[in-house]
Amino acid sequence: MLYRENGQFKTSYRSDQQVFPIAQDRIAIWLLVAFAAVGVPLLADEYLFRAILIPFLILSLAALGLNILVGYCGQISLGTGAFMAVGAYAAYNFMVRIDGMPVLAALLLGGVCATVVGVLFGIPSLRIKGLYLAVATLAAQFFWDWAFLRIKWFTNYSSSGSVSVANLNIFGIPIDTPQAKYLFCLVFLVVFAMAAKNLVRSHIGREWMAIRDMDVAAAVIGIRPVYAKLTAFAVSSFIVGVAGALWGFVHLGSWEPAAFSIDRSFQLLFMIIIGGLGSIMGSFFGAAFIVMLPVFLNQALPALGGLFGVTIDTATIAHAELMIFGALIVFFLIVEPHGLARLWSIGKEKLRLWPFPH
Amino acid sequence: MGSFLETLLGGLMTGMLYSLIALGFVLIYKASGVFNFAQGAMVLSAALAMARFSEWIPEWLGFDNKILANVLAFCMAMVMMVMAAWLIERLVLSKLVNQEGITLLMATLGIAYFMDGSGQTLFGSDIYKIDVGLPKDPIFLFENVFQGGILVNKEDLYAAAIAAALVALLSLFFQKTSTGRALRAVADDHQAAQSIGIPLNRIWVIVWSVAGFVALVAGVIWGSKLGVQFSLSLVALKALPVVILGGLTSVPGAIIGGLIIGVGEKLSEVYIGPFFGGGIEIWFGYVLVLFVLLVRPQGLFGEKIIDRV
Repeated sequence: MLYRENGQFKTSYRSDQQVFPIAQDRIAIWLLVAFAAVGVPLLADEYLFRAILIPFLILSLAALGLNILVGYCGQISLGTGAFMAVGAYAAYNFMVRIDGMPVLAALLLGGVCATVVGVLFGIPSLRIKGLYLAVATLAAQFFWDWAFLRIKWFTNYSSSGSVSVANLNIFGIPIDTPQAKYLFCLVFLVVFAMAAKNLVRSHIGREWMAIRDMDVAAAVIGIRPVYAKLTAFAVSSFIVGVAGALWGFVHLGSWEPAAFSIDRSFQLLFMIIIGGLGSIMGSFFGAAFIVMLPVFLNQALPALGGLFGVTIDTATIAHAELMIFGALIVFFLIVEPHGLARLWSIGKEKLRLWPFPH
Repeated sequence: MGSFLETLLGGLMTGMLYSLIALGFVLIYKASGVFNFAQGAMVLSAALAMARFSEWIPEWLGFDNKILANVLAFCMAMVMMVMAAWLIERLVLSKLVNQEGITLLMATLGIAYFMDGSGQTLFGSDIYKIDVGLPKDPIFLFENVFQGGILVNKEDLYAAAIAAALVALLSLFFQKTSTGRALRAVADDHQAAQSIGIPLNRIWVIVWSVAGFVALVAGVIWGSKLGVQFSLSLVALKALPVVILGGLTSVPGAIIGGLIIGVGEKLSEVYIGPFFGGGIEIWFGYVLVLFVLLVRPQGLFGEKIIDRV
């Protein structure tokens, strides 16, 4: 009853073309953003920030970037972890090597470096398609894993191989409390999500989708595959690179190449598949699901064991987590191959008609 | 010259082992169009089962004969792999018919997680030994030709021979038996095969079982070389460039790709590696593949990809 668009007439092109054409959606989004910015910092405790909220924000950002490449442009990439690493290490090097480098600029420059690397490793996509491309992007993953481990210049010759940043502050405001970190990441996420949402609705976004649906046909109607694919790689790896820099700077503080291993790439791919390919909203759902599942299993399994009077040792819990994680992924793919975003839109359709069946 | 040949031979033998794992990928991809990321997990589970059963069976039955124990353990592990194949077909693949390639790929990743977890829950997660009596001592070849001869690991030699025999066996199976012909028919065209009465579901179970068998053999060989532990499932990641280099749909491609990658890795590590600080084995295969694919997007022996609108 509440969610109905009757009487909302569009009288100008502007109102017809807006991102959220339904007034209730607009209100809901504003409320959500307001709650995330004001309500959550007041309510959440430190554990929640560290274990769930901050990882969720940063990984949603990375998933958003990956979704542009895989979901909108149809180029499967297994090298996301590497692009995150490039963003993080580039930002680190800008911070260390240039005196008085503002954090914001370092983060964005990290993204720019990731863009360059992303375009470079995206060039093969002009010739290679599908699964072949997926394996080819693994080259990026393994190469950069190795480079950040072995080439000491990248880690500023630190003896342990791990790098760290401290005393982050932006425009004079220190980012040291969990709340500040959370808000910092939230701002990034909101800005990039809005940019991405508008980008995929635009000329270039439609080109990406045409390439995804059938690249030969797209080329025939005059879309340049080179331009479309490489811009998708560029935009995607920029966002992923910034997310990587945030992951290193804000979430981890000090990190090693292992933080951006191939598991991270798989994890992000899981997020967008479970969330929904080709959906901005889906990236958030997927990230929330994948971030919270291990935390939930970690809490639930010992409790469940206690219920039956069995104490489960940590190794078994780790293995059981793997099993349940794998089984749930398969289950999700079978039940809803189009991801949580599809469930969301089905729910919205139903809500428009409610309480009537048709 | 001697050391060059030594590296070359070492590379060839490692390559043979890579192709053993790559073979599992190719078999499944050909028959069901699934890029099976779980191949590594299958190798790990099979090797774990083999290692543990060969310890347990003599205890259970109360005898002390290593050969018999190994044979029985091998059979038990094989039964397990067939069961796994059947379950995967029943619970996963048959529900995901007609989905896109990436969805299937993710499903096999899910299977991989599940198998990694369940294998280690059932059989434990320590490092285990597989001892099938492969001799470990190195031998020297061509001692009269070169100064000092060429050092070759006898174990590698046996492993390579077993791998070669397995490949020969598989190609006989594919060429001569009616099941093999059915498998090739399914690989060529699912619908046409189904319309002449080949049961797709059974074929998939068979193919996954054969891949399980290949995984078991690979697991036994790698396991007796490196010990059975979690890192065994990562060997599959080394075999990925092999599959892509040879072409996803070609069995000979998997073999030749394996040899090329094996040799390339070893030679590059020895002759180029020192300039980069070493350890370039990890990515050499992938970067090599990247450049080959730029010239031949379907791999060296893959079917030509034809785009239709």
